[in-house]
Amino acid sequence: MNTKALSAPSGSASFILLLLRLRTLVALFLVFAFFALAAPNFLSAENVLIVSKHVALNAFLAIGMTFVIIAGGIDLSVGSIVGLCAMVSGYLLLNGIDLGIGYTVVFNTYEICLIVLLVGAFIGVINGLLITKLNVAPFIATLGTLYVARGAALLSSNGGTFPNLTGREDWNTTSFPVIGAGNFLSIPISIWILVVVAGLAAYLASRTPLGRHIYAVGGNERGAALSGVNVDQIKIFVYVFSGFCAALVGLIIASQLQAAHPATGETFELNAIAAAVLGGTSMSGGRGKVGGTLIGAFVIGILADGMIMMGVSSFWQTVIKGLVIIGAVVIDQVQQKLQARVVLQQQAG
Amino acid sequence: MTEAHPIGLSIRGGSKFYPGTQALKSVDFDLRLGAVNVLVGENGAGKSTLMKVIAGVEKLNAGTITLEGQQVVFADRSDAARHGIGIVFQELNLFPNLTVAENIFVGHEKTLGGIHIDRRAQSEAAAKLMRRLEQDIDPDTPLGNLRIGQQQIVEIAKALAEDARILILDEPTSALSSTEVEILFKVIHDLKTQGVGIVYISHRLEELIRIGDYITVLRDGVITGERSMKGVDIPWIVENMIGSASKEFPKSEDHPIGDEVFRVEDICLPNVAGGWTVDHMSLSVRSGEIVGLYGLMGAGRSEMLECIMAQHPQSSGKMFISGKPLKERTVAGRIRKGLALIPEDRKRDGLVQIMAIRENLTLSSLKDFTTVVHLSLAKEAARAAEFVKRLTIKIASMEHPVSSLSGGNQQKVVIGKALMTQPKILLMDEPSRGIDIGAKAEIFRTMRKLAAQGLGILFVTSDLEEVLALSDRILVMANGRLTGEFPSGAPAADVIAAATPNQSRTTIQ
Repeated sequence: MNTKALSAPSGSASFILLLLRLRTLVALFLVFAFFALAAPNFLSAENVLIVSKHVALNAFLAIGMTFVIIAGGIDLSVGSIVGLCAMVSGYLLLNGIDLGIGYTVVFNTYEICLIVLLVGAFIGVINGLLITKLNVAPFIATLGTLYVARGAALLSSNGGTFPNLTGREDWNTTSFPVIGAGNFLSIPISIWILVVVAGLAAYLASRTPLGRHIYAVGGNERGAALSGVNVDQIKIFVYVFSGFCAALVGLIIASQLQAAHPATGETFELNAIAAAVLGGTSMSGGRGKVGGTLIGAFVIGILADGMIMMGVSSFWQTVIKGLVIIGAVVIDQVQQKLQARVVLQQQAG
Repeated sequence: MTEAHPIGLSIRGGSKFYPGTQALKSVDFDLRLGAVNVLVGENGAGKSTLMKVIAGVEKLNAGTITLEGQQVVFADRSDAARHGIGIVFQELNLFPNLTVAENIFVGHEKTLGGIHIDRRAQSEAAAKLMRRLEQDIDPDTPLGNLRIGQQQIVEIAKALAEDARILILDEPTSALSSTEVEILFKVIHDLKTQGVGIVYISHRLEELIRIGDYITVLRDGVITGERSMKGVDIPWIVENMIGSASKEFPKSEDHPIGDEVFRVEDICLPNVAGGWTVDHMSLSVRSGEIVGLYGLMGAGRSEMLECIMAQHPQSSGKMFISGKPLKERTVAGRIRKGLALIPEDRKRDGLVQIMAIRENLTLSSLKDFTTVVHLSLAKEAARAAEFVKRLTIKIASMEHPVSSLSGGNQQKVVIGKALMTQPKILLMDEPSRGIDIGAKAEIFRTMRKLAAQGLGILFVTSDLEEVLALSDRILVMANGRLTGEFPSGAPAADVIAAATPNQSRTTIQ
C-alpha cells in the first residue's frame, strides 16, 4: 500500500546522497590528490609500486575480514596467522621436517606454499568450529587463537628469526623469494595475486549462492536458517577463507623479506578491520563489498605512506588514522539516516 | 452506576497509524476507576496498541487523552507512570540477573541522597508487596530462579510499587497456574476497592465475564461493543469480536480434496520444567486441504510447526510425506522433500530485512539458478519477477530492501520464497498477523488458490474468525495436546471450549 515508486530523490538531496554513497571513493581521490600535490615523488612509478605492495598486504587480510564481518562475525586472529605462517614457511625452507630417525622430509616451493596455506585454513577451521559448534563468541574465539598462533610462532624458533630464506638449489626452493619480490610484466607478483584473489572474492560475493548465503546469515541468522541455509557451514567457510588470506600474507612477507620473524603481523587485524569498515562494511553484518574494502585499504595505505613521505611524526599518523576511521563510520550513519528519511518522505508524499 | 465508577481516563477520536496499516480508527474509550475494564478482541484488533497509547509507549496520531478532567499528552512511558499509569506487558520486561527487589524498583530505586541504593528499604518494601500479593517469594532471590507465573506476579508488584491509579494488565493469566490466577483475581479485587482503575486484556472469555465490570470489544481498530458487564455472555462477545458478516473471507473454491500428503505421529517436545511443550501430537493433511490449527497463546502450536521444520533437535516423533518417512534432519533437507514454513514473526524469522526483495524471494531456491557455482542473476531475476506477478506483490523495484514494503506485501514475499521451493505442504504460522484487512483478504485468497492447485496447507492461528472461515478441517490445541477436531462450519463456542486450557483433560488421541 505504501510502496509508492521509490524514485530518485530530487535536487541537492540526491547529490549529497550520491556523494555519501561514494564516500570511500571520494576519500581515496582526496587523499591521492593531496599527496600528489604535497609530497614530491609521490607520483613516481617507483613509489606507486611500493605503496601498492604495502596496500596489497593489508588488502588480503581486509578481504577475508570483510566476509567474516558480513557474516556477522569478527576475526582477530589474522595477524597471528600471518606471523605463524611466515614462521612455518621459514622453518620448512631452512629445516624441512626432521622425522627423528636420521631422515628429513624436504619440500619444494610449491609444497611449502600449499602447506602454509593449509595451516592458515586450518586455524580458520578451528575458529569456525569454536564459534559454531561450541558457541564461543567470535571475539573471544579468535582472541584465543590470536594468542595460540602467536605463541606457536614464537615456539617455532624459540623467539628468534629465520634468516636468509633464499632457498636451496638441491631442495628446489630457490624460487621462494619470487612470491614477494618478483615481477611479472614489471608489476610485482603479490599485486597479481591480489588481483586474482580480489576478483575471485568479488565474484564469490555477488554471483554465487555461497556469497548470497553469507549476506543472509549476517543479515538475519534465524531467517537464513529457516530458509534452508546451513548457517554453521557458512560461518566456518568465512573463517577458513580469512585464515587462507592471512596465510597468503605470511608467505608474501617471508618471501619479500627473505626472513621470518615471529612478531610478523602484530596488530595487522586492526588495519584489516579498519579497511573493511572504511569501505562500508557494517559491523552488525549483512552489508559490505569487496570493492569497497579494496578502496578502504588503499585509503589507509596511501594515508600512511604519504604521511611518511611528508615527514609527519608517526605519533600524529596514528592519531590521524584513528580520526579517519571514526569519521568514516559517522558518515556511514549519517548516510543511513538520510536515506531512511528520503524513503519515508517518498512513502508519505 | 456511572457515579459509583467515575471515569478516570478517556480517549476521544483516537487514531494510530503504522506503516501500511491503521491500528486504531477514531476510538472513543472510557476507563472507569474502581472497576475492572475488560478489553477483548482478536489478535491485531488494536487492544495492545490502545493500551500502549494509554501507557505512554505509543502516541496517538489524532485524538485526545483526558486524565481526570485534564487533557494530557504523555511524552513517554515514564511520563505516563508519573501520572499514575502502570502497565504489565504481555511479554515480561524483567531482568533475570537481578533480584526480585531490584527488579521491582528498577528505574526508580529507593536511594539515600540520590546515589546510594538503600537495599534494606527496597527489600522491605518488596517483601511487603509480596505479602500483599500473598506470595512466598524472597525479595533477595535472583528473578531468574522464579517460575514464569511468579515472575508475572513480580511484574504486577512492580506496577503497584509505583502507586499506579490505573493498572493495565495485558493477558496476565496466560502463564499462570489456576491457584496463581485466583490470587491475581483477589489482588485485582483489593485494588478495585482502593479505587484503582484496572484494564484487563485476555482471550479467556469466561475469565473476563467473571472479573469484569465493563467490557469493550475491539475489532480491526474500531470499538464494536461497549457496555456494563451485566448480562454479557459469551455469544455476545463472540458476535462483537467477529461481526456477523465476514466479507474478507473468500468462499471455498470447489475442488476435490486428494490423498494424504503429510502425516506426523507422536511429535513430542520436552520443556525445561519437565513437562511437554508439544505433547504427543499427531495429525495429517491431505492434498488440497486447508487444515486450521487453533489454540491460545502458549498452546504449543508454533513449537509444533518448529518441530516439523527441524528447529528443535531434542524433539521426537515420526513424519511422513506422501506416505514415505521423512528422515532429513536439516531445514534444507526438509525443504527439498516438500515442506515449507511461513514463520509467525516475519521480521525475525521470515525475511532478511536489509536484503533486496529479489534476494529474499530466491533465498531458499538459489540452487535452481546455479550451474556448478555460478549464480545466474538473469534467471534469478526472471523467476523473482514471475512470483511478484503471480502473488501480485506491489513493488516499485525488486532491488529495494524488503523492509520498505508494507506488512501484507512483506508477507507475500515470505510466501513467494516458500512457494519457489515447490513445496507439497505449506506450514503457515499466523499468516495474517500484523497486516491490514485488505492484505489479509488477499493472503486468504492466495491460500485458497494454492489449495485448489493441490497444495496441503496447515496453518496456525489464534484468530477464531479466521480458523472458522478458512479451514476445511479445524484442529484445536491446548497445553501441547490435540484437544479437538471439527469439520468446517463448526460452532465457534465449541472451538473456544476445546481451546480453553483447563478443559483439556479430555484429550483426543
